[in-house]
Amino acid sequence: MTLALNDSVEDFTLPDTDGNPISLAPADATATVVVFTCNHCPYALAWHDRLNDVARDFARRDVRLLYINPNDADRYPGDSREAMKARVDDGAFAAPYLHDESQTVARAWGARTTPDVFVVSRDGVLAYRGAPDADHGDPQLRAQWLRSALDDVLAGDAVTKPETEPVGCSIKWRP
Amino acid sequence: MTAPTVELLYWDGCPSHPQALAELRAALESIGRGDVAVSVGRIEDDGQAEASRFVGSPTIRIDGVDPFPPGDDEPLGLTCRVYRLQDGRFSPTPDPQLLREQLARRLPDRTGPA
Repeated sequence: MTLALNDSVEDFTLPDTDGNPISLAPADATATVVVFTCNHCPYALAWHDRLNDVARDFARRDVRLLYINPNDADRYPGDSREAMKARVDDGAFAAPYLHDESQTVARAWGARTTPDVFVVSRDGVLAYRGAPDADHGDPQLRAQWLRSALDDVLAGDAVTKPETEPVGCSIKWRP
Repeated sequence: MTAPTVELLYWDGCPSHPQALAELRAALESIGRGDVAVSVGRIEDDGQAEASRFVGSPTIRIDGVDPFPPGDDEPLGLTCRVYRLQDGRFSPTPDPQLLREQLARRLPDRTGPA
């Protein structure tokens, strides 16, 4: 099962690093960004500050961002809830960091890499999926693909570039 | 004199190895050692990772030595390796300048004393 553009997404609820349940609840914001990410992937780390900047810049425009870690923490202890919480406590996240321990959400959404970025409109429809921008190594790009998609959604327009190829580390699925 | 060995180990789950290989070959050329062949090895499972002391993709070894030695507590396994560039940014591949310096330091000059 994989989400496709313009599909309606199902709501989910996952715990943050303090165990508080956080729901997608797309109707609560004009747009919601879901980023599958993790603790130890160099691509996720390289793009992380740019994604945090998006979270901060667009919060005032009624956009929510949720980070989700779907990796198998049994085989990759660096992705444990404790390791996630340590990063949150260090102030590394500008948005909630959720744990998809069962990998149910990642599988339902067809997430492939960390990072893998999805944008959902207020009516719960998938409007963008892919990479933050064209080059993990160029901070000057400022997650431009994601920003443009959000600008389009906020303007009520069709997203000009709704799909790009996600680039990053493969998700560490449970055996 | 024994020919030096340069090895690139990678895992398919990480997309960085083509860039790493290109930068490794470019670095060898830039120090005048384009004659050195790069041995490319694919790590396919946890058993191979364990046997090869593989801490992530890509891993470069020069005469068996990792020029960017991982920490002692770095777990072995199928994962992407995190490097730091000279300006502190995270990267899936080594800093090209640091790579050139390591290669120049560790590979004997082929025009050196006979």
